[in-house]
Amino acid sequence: MRNCTARSATALALVLGALLLPLAGCGPRGAGAESGIILAGSTSVQPFAELLAEVYAREYPEAPVVDIQGGGSSAGIEAALAGIADIGMSSRNLKEAELAQGLVVQPIAYDAIAVVVHSSNPVDGLTSDEVRAIFAGEIRNWSRVGGPDEPITVITREEGSGTRGAFQELLMEESRITDLALRQDSNGAVRVIVNSDRNAIGYMSLGIVGGYVKPLALDGVVPTVEAAVSGEYRLVRPFLFTWLGELGPSAADFLEYVLSPGAQKVLGSEGLIPVKEG
Amino acid sequence: MRKERIIQYLLLAMAFTAVLSLAVITIFILREGLPLLAEFGLWRFLSGREWAPTRGQFGILPMIMGSLWVTAGALVVGVPLGLAVAVFVTDYAPPALAAALRPAVQLLAGIPSVIYGFIGLKILVPLIRDYLGSPGLSVLAGALVLGVMILPSVISISEDSIRAVPRAYRDGALALGATQWQTLWRVVLPAARSGVVAGIVLGMGRAVGETMAVIMLVGNSLRLPLSPLDPATTLTSNIGLEMGYASGAHLQALFATGIVLFVFIMLLNLAATIFRGRAIRA
Repeated sequence: MRNCTARSATALALVLGALLLPLAGCGPRGAGAESGIILAGSTSVQPFAELLAEVYAREYPEAPVVDIQGGGSSAGIEAALAGIADIGMSSRNLKEAELAQGLVVQPIAYDAIAVVVHSSNPVDGLTSDEVRAIFAGEIRNWSRVGGPDEPITVITREEGSGTRGAFQELLMEESRITDLALRQDSNGAVRVIVNSDRNAIGYMSLGIVGGYVKPLALDGVVPTVEAAVSGEYRLVRPFLFTWLGELGPSAADFLEYVLSPGAQKVLGSEGLIPVKEG
Repeated sequence: MRKERIIQYLLLAMAFTAVLSLAVITIFILREGLPLLAEFGLWRFLSGREWAPTRGQFGILPMIMGSLWVTAGALVVGVPLGLAVAVFVTDYAPPALAAALRPAVQLLAGIPSVIYGFIGLKILVPLIRDYLGSPGLSVLAGALVLGVMILPSVISISEDSIRAVPRAYRDGALALGATQWQTLWRVVLPAARSGVVAGIVLGMGRAVGETMAVIMLVGNSLRLPLSPLDPATTLTSNIGLEMGYASGAHLQALFATGIVLFVFIMLLNLAATIFRGRAIRA
């Protein structure tokens, strides 16, 4: 019998994890504002925020500690609304219902989404229509877009992901992503799969592409920071900070730092597009 | 005496926390999940083929089928292997070897599931992709790894119940001229049947509930799987995959999936308890 209880507990551990989210919503407003600044949200924004927090701590050793947490865009927005986080991070535009609750929104950078394939794939570029048809499941063989006679493995992100939301909105428009697509839950996981399957196609933040997979030119435009800044490359989404009401003084200091030319330059060198010309 | 009583109440309170956490979990998933089931409809939820939370479609049939496929596959792999080990340890292995095998099997249970998933992803998936076609991430990859993961449950409980078969059964069969294998196959295993089934059912529970390794191996596509080489999504992997970004009705739908899973696991545990009770009585 002891075995049975332990097993049910294991099976439910994940449910418990999810439970903590709404539970945490009952916490007092602005918790942690005394000890440090809490940022929570998009896992796309997270690595860049962590980097900035590190540099910030080095440059201003006397400033309060900046604590960066993941959880996803929706969770970040909810955390900002509930006051669990000083600042919520989002990699998608806020929905009207969310804005209606009085959230203030500040873009801190823009991020290009690259369509990526295995580095051995002979295809170098696709049109938007081709990408849309591939992700909708209408084109299923690489030979139809100038590649070898091999089936296409479509990799997508899970529903609710900011990257997927932006990809859907900016490229797929009304078309639906096929239910044949393999779903992965992070930019990193998509990269691992595309890196190991020579027939795979996926999409991810340009800043995370690294040398592991090959970004495709879209409608003849190679995804680069320059092409995104100039507006030539169209798959670009905002990285947002959002908060409710007035920012606390230490959080405001951090935001000011993030928008400073120095920090914007750091973001630029990491493959993002600064909101302010440095 | 007073001290005795304090200790007694203290232990009672501690024992109660286990029951309490079960109650709290049950209440919470019901509270979060039931409104969606009521609104969307239980049957539509269970039989719907389309899962598209952003468009308000919450059909979990592909995940139910995915869970069934992966679990069945794990049993096909794990049960014969587990039974063979149990029989070998109890009836064939020299005592020294048996003594070494038992802790090895227990260690298998201690390996974190993410490690199983990682090994499967790096070794098994490329093999399937290169030799059998398909993207490699598939029901087959998940089933093979889960088959190994359920071995400890299957082995330890089968072994216990085989050992519990009275010595006289074996002696009687052997005295009648049956070979060792005939004795085992015709007398010992049938006598231990209930315990063996309990082990298999607990293994099933483990396979249904496993999340991390499955997320890494089955590909998580939403199409109904039709062959072992197809990718699939299970009930648990879908919760694990989408939990991070879910909000509103989407989050409720994940909790509702949790309810389905909860009922599933409860039924399996109930079945295991019944079989085990029968084994002990026998």
